[in-house]
Amino acid sequence: MSLALSTRFVCFLLLSVTVLLGALGVVLLPNVVYSAFLLGGVLLSMAGLYLLLNASFVAAAQILVYVGAVNVLILFAIMLVNKRQPLRPMRALLLRRLLSVGVCLGLLALLLQVALTTPWALPGPPSIGEAALIRIGEHFFTDYLLPFEVASVLLLMAMIGAIVLARRDVLARDVVTGEPADQALLERQRTPLLSSQDSSTPSVPSP
Amino acid sequence: MTTITDVPLQAYLVVAAMLFCIGVWGLINSRNAVRVLMSIELMLNAVNLNMMAFSSYLDGDQVRGQVFAVFIITVAAAEAAVGLAILLSLYRNRDTVDMEQFNLLRW
Repeated sequence: MSLALSTRFVCFLLLSVTVLLGALGVVLLPNVVYSAFLLGGVLLSMAGLYLLLNASFVAAAQILVYVGAVNVLILFAIMLVNKRQPLRPMRALLLRRLLSVGVCLGLLALLLQVALTTPWALPGPPSIGEAALIRIGEHFFTDYLLPFEVASVLLLMAMIGAIVLARRDVLARDVVTGEPADQALLERQRTPLLSSQDSSTPSVPSP
Repeated sequence: MTTITDVPLQAYLVVAAMLFCIGVWGLINSRNAVRVLMSIELMLNAVNLNMMAFSSYLDGDQVRGQVFAVFIITVAAAEAAVGLAILLSLYRNRDTVDMEQFNLLRW
């Protein structure tokens, strides 16, 4: 986009501060619903950063796919698994948190070292601006044709896999009695299969 | 007298690195399985920001970074769909979303 340099700078600062604070909120907020909505804000700000980088097509794809589909999917998942249970206390949780903060800060130092000391080949070739959309289309249908087609197969596989994993088992006959199954019974609360080893949660009430 | 220059490439890389590290921390420390998936989305977005920055600054005429970013967005959408389906299936079997209780394969 052809913005003045100072405008670009201010936009970059605002968007990156929004992204980083929002990401911290996604990770740190206790309520997962707030996290999901903040994730939507982070993804929108990322689309703004893409616009600053002359990538209007990817910004539109980001908004359509991430904000429109993935974030809504995450919200639906939160709604479906909405169980407000107090988390069981754990040993050495604070120690684990501090250790992982150390590991992440080390990783950050490494990445910053690489980003700031590498002699990048700047300035590169001049940006083609809004003609990037045409160039992306050319890439998709010439030298990246095979990955483009494989991506569609991947999406089909993901769709089938998600349906198979998430559907309820609809049986024509009851496995135990052999009678035709009452479909309404399939909606009843099932005994959790594997939670019997937890001594604190009795899975089956004794008769 | 300072002249305002364009936003340097390194600024985008620094933002992406910080976003990636926040995602890694959330991935390690979240106890809600949905939040783990959200952290993975954050990490994928950080990688995408790197791709776009390199594509704009170092590869301005052949925007290959944008092509890769579109592929990453595709794979991320597939990953989110399958991941949330696995999460639903886990929730039906274990009746919890606490990551610390998914320990069947623990050594």
